[in-house]
Amino acid sequence: MSATVPEAAPAASGDETPERRFPTAPLFLSAPAVLLFAALVLIPLFLTALLSFNQFDYATGRTGGFTLEHYLSVLTDEYYLEIFLRTFRISALATVICVVIGVPEAYILSRMSNPWRSIFLLVILAPLLVSVVVRAFGWSMLLGPEGPVNAALMAFGIGRMRLLYTEGTVIVALVHVMLPFMVIPVWTSLQKLDPAVEQAALSFGASRGTAIVRVVAPQILPGILSGSLIVFGLSASAFAIPGLLGGRRLKMVATVVYDQYLSDLNWPMGAAVAALLLIANLIVMLTYHRLVEGHYRRRLG
Amino acid sequence: MSFLELKNITKRYGPLTAVGDVSLSVEKGEFVSLLGPSGCGKTTTLQMIAGFVEPSAGTIRLDGRDITRAKANSRGLGIVFQSYALFPHMTVFDNVSFGLEMQRVPKGERKPRVEEALSLVHLSPYAKRYPRELSGGQRQRVALARALVIRPPVLLLDEPLSNLDAKLREAMQFELREIQRKVGTTTVMVTHDQAEAFSISDRVVVMEAGRITQIDQPYRIYEHPETEFISRFVGKTNLLPGKVTTATGAGATVSLAGIAVPVEAAGLSVGETVTLCIRPEKLHLTVPTNGLLTGRVADRFFLGSQWLYHIDGPLGTLMVVTPNDGSTPAEQGATVGLEWSPSVVRVHRGAMAEAPDVALEVTG
Repeated sequence: MSATVPEAAPAASGDETPERRFPTAPLFLSAPAVLLFAALVLIPLFLTALLSFNQFDYATGRTGGFTLEHYLSVLTDEYYLEIFLRTFRISALATVICVVIGVPEAYILSRMSNPWRSIFLLVILAPLLVSVVVRAFGWSMLLGPEGPVNAALMAFGIGRMRLLYTEGTVIVALVHVMLPFMVIPVWTSLQKLDPAVEQAALSFGASRGTAIVRVVAPQILPGILSGSLIVFGLSASAFAIPGLLGGRRLKMVATVVYDQYLSDLNWPMGAAVAALLLIANLIVMLTYHRLVEGHYRRRLG
Repeated sequence: MSFLELKNITKRYGPLTAVGDVSLSVEKGEFVSLLGPSGCGKTTTLQMIAGFVEPSAGTIRLDGRDITRAKANSRGLGIVFQSYALFPHMTVFDNVSFGLEMQRVPKGERKPRVEEALSLVHLSPYAKRYPRELSGGQRQRVALARALVIRPPVLLLDEPLSNLDAKLREAMQFELREIQRKVGTTTVMVTHDQAEAFSISDRVVVMEAGRITQIDQPYRIYEHPETEFISRFVGKTNLLPGKVTTATGAGATVSLAGIAVPVEAAGLSVGETVTLCIRPEKLHLTVPTNGLLTGRVADRFFLGSQWLYHIDGPLGTLMVVTPNDGSTPAEQGATVGLEWSPSVVRVHRGAMAEAPDVALEVTG
């Protein structure tokens, strides 16, 4: 932290001609955020990246030096590839389901009149007030072999099903946790929408459905886009949900990183997996952003 | 029978009556404006015609058909919204084409009709642009083309010019009227701007507190306002409280603070309290010995084509507007005489309402 302070100080106490002085106010104003970002994000990331190139031996532990061995083993090992594929498949499905549920939810919310709108907004946000771990345990009790869902299945004569430790359960729980992150950005972009635009569509003979598809949906696309990016990013790096509901068998990338760090004590390997997850996540998100945003930039600004 | 007919239309929101018992007949091809201050119910009335608000009582008939409860998307009306409400993600061409598409007009027929509508509003070169790449005036014209292209039986304009700057607004007023004449579409416009309503409408409907107070041709509303509210709201006016001293058939004499003023009004009785209403341009400045009363020029304002004087006299401060005919104007502080012909004085029965701020606020 102290490194950047002397950098700004001379400029402030500097010469007497204000018109030639380098503008220091923006630097000072952005400094707290920059410092926080550097301390909490950039430095740990940099250290993780360094760590991932360290050599490792099970007998002696981390030995320093430089190697690409961890990256190569992740990229060539079927086991890791399958986990990466599964992670992105689960995240993509959770995102799609969040769009399908969250967008209509936000639309209905925006059409509500005020006592109800505030109440339902609170209901949607309420899950965020409960720890993810608690919610994951809630799902595991609900879906467990002796849980109420299985009890109901038995009562209807369908028979007991193994619900825990399946992809479906992980997706359901992820959707539950991520839904507010889809509803809020979509709701925000709906707020910016001129209600007369939908009325205009109706006045020209469009049915309500056509008006929503042709006129409302394209305009809230930026909101859907940012919601999708948040949901996908958080799902792909989710730890508590797959850890508690996926169990030992259904691993996702974040749980593998955890295993490498704490079970195998292979820190460089864990760091390499984490770095690859970050890179893969960035590629997926940037591509998606390019595809959708680029298409609408000229129209909506 | 009239083309568009509102009969005893009422809209209540709980205990509040937004529109009360409004009846209006609009002939085919007519341009009618609903004029009134904000909150007078004019926009609600338009929204009931459009089908966005359902009336609590009354009927709306269009070409003989009862459309009171018909859905907005089945009425086929052309609407220009105050915010234009263009579809921002569609080009100008697609915006205009949208209504035709919804009416299932075949593709081959759509293109020439859109082009025709765009050339009507002089926007043909902008067909490929997006709304946000256009100026306010151009967006307004897209909204107009989009409403006209579906050949609606009635065109509804909701404060169509209020988002434009003064100069453009004036130009668009005349263009709007010209286009409306050319296509002959029955038009109902909502506005709070009396200059706008007067310059382009066949008839003006003045609304006040949810009710219609006068329906007439623009110049008749200006010259013969039926209520004191209208004379305040429409143009500038001098309101003078007085008492009738003599009444003889078609004429009468009203005493204004001791000054006897002849007026032309039948049916007044001696001793009655009245309010006289004289438009500033109907008052003439003259030499002090000649006028009905004398006063001192307290202030004068140069308005380009006109001079506006504030004359302090025995009746308080009067506004006088004289045309700038090139002659030397009266100096500030000078004593002048004021004269007018009895025929320009309008007489409203009853005392003056205590709301002088309306006259100050609306001096368009």
